[in-house]
Amino acid sequence: MGLTKEQIAQRIARELQDGYYVNLGIGIPTLVANYIPEGIEVVLQSENGMLGMGAFPEKGHADPDLINAGKQTVTIQPGGVFFDSATSFAMIRGGHVDLTVLGAFEVTDTGDIASWKIPGKMVKGMGGAMDLVAAAKNIIVAMQHTSKDGQSKLLKACTLPLTGVGCVKKVVTDLAVLDITEEGFVLLERAPGVSVEEIQKATDGRLVIRRDIPEMQF
Amino acid sequence: MNKVVSGAEEAIKGIADGMTLLVGGFGLCGIPENSIAALVNSSVKNLTCVSNNAGVDDFGLGLLLQKRQVKKMISSYVGENAEFERQLLAGELEVELIPQGTLAERCRAGGAGIPAFYVPAGYGTEVAEGKEIREFNGKPHLLEQAITGDFAIIKAWKGDTHGNLVYRATANNFNQPMAMAGKITIAEVEELVPAGTLDPAQVHTAGIFVQRIFEGKNYEKRIEKLTEKASGELASGK
Repeated sequence: MGLTKEQIAQRIARELQDGYYVNLGIGIPTLVANYIPEGIEVVLQSENGMLGMGAFPEKGHADPDLINAGKQTVTIQPGGVFFDSATSFAMIRGGHVDLTVLGAFEVTDTGDIASWKIPGKMVKGMGGAMDLVAAAKNIIVAMQHTSKDGQSKLLKACTLPLTGVGCVKKVVTDLAVLDITEEGFVLLERAPGVSVEEIQKATDGRLVIRRDIPEMQF
Repeated sequence: MNKVVSGAEEAIKGIADGMTLLVGGFGLCGIPENSIAALVNSSVKNLTCVSNNAGVDDFGLGLLLQKRQVKKMISSYVGENAEFERQLLAGELEVELIPQGTLAERCRAGGAGIPAFYVPAGYGTEVAEGKEIREFNGKPHLLEQAITGDFAIIKAWKGDTHGNLVYRATANNFNQPMAMAGKITIAEVEELVPAGTLDPAQVHTAGIFVQRIFEGKNYEKRIEKLTEKASGELASGK
């Protein structure tokens, strides 16, 4: 029950529009690149210094000088360009990137996000996540609705150290698509076979249900 | 004009205990391999290293960490390094974590003579602790200060005898902003050419920012995460 990681990525890809410059985070967000709708052109930004990120290289053609922000070997598409890290974050901070998709441990009904640190367990650093969430025009979070032991990750307040405040606009989870507005999480769509009641039960933050909630189609 | 040095050993002359070094690269991509090796072979210690990442256990800055030559790391992301984590948890290493874009801009600003600037990144998080907050256009920003280094150690693809540099693909990354922010900037290049050989319109870093340059040897260019089509179709791109 609920969406697979691929389906979460597939659903997020429907938010893409022709001409968008998009930064995809590591994990589920990376998979969004596989579902870019036919007939539209999207340019992927990788914050280590590239616009026009392409697919993984053919076997034997990996170039150690050509990697993405996840340090994976990649390729560049026609029209792509390389630049330095300060210029890369000028694009991000300056609001030139249309959409950022990233993962999270927790999100709140006011758009706060925690995604970089689990005290006592994991201290790897925030990388570019704080810069991205503080500045992107539109931020979609891809995540699981609950933790493995069933705790909601859509909360009133984050329990983990914050990455940014009041910045997330939309959340796509294995159970639902939700907008974040002043009223809280607004339920827009539910995963096939998942009831509104199940989503209510899995959501700790304020949840607004305005109408009949359609099922996502795949 | 004599910026050309014989190699890494001569290039790192003057790097002393307790100094701050800016080290270019992103992950293992575009790191100054020769200069790092020379530092590992030297006895210099108590270094503060400003670098986006800390290498892996047995390559890049990880080699300096193994030899306990680093007192403090200033980075944005330090995963991928078990020895780093061990030293951090044991309290043997100081670490300051900085949002990646802020780190790049702090270096760029350091080289550009801008002592401090405001950014939105980190507002409302632990990064904001102790920093001045000011609102611009209705949005809160943090005051961040410039970073400069006693030395910057960077890597480019091609360079000329005047220190003009060209980077290749995503191996530019932090090398360009850090090149600007070293009191002495050491550039190692894969190919050193006579001045006048590079197309002046295609130079990324102007030689004015570079004090020492040499052609490096035996570049390993280790790949941190090899991903190929055959090893996973689900990748980045159409």
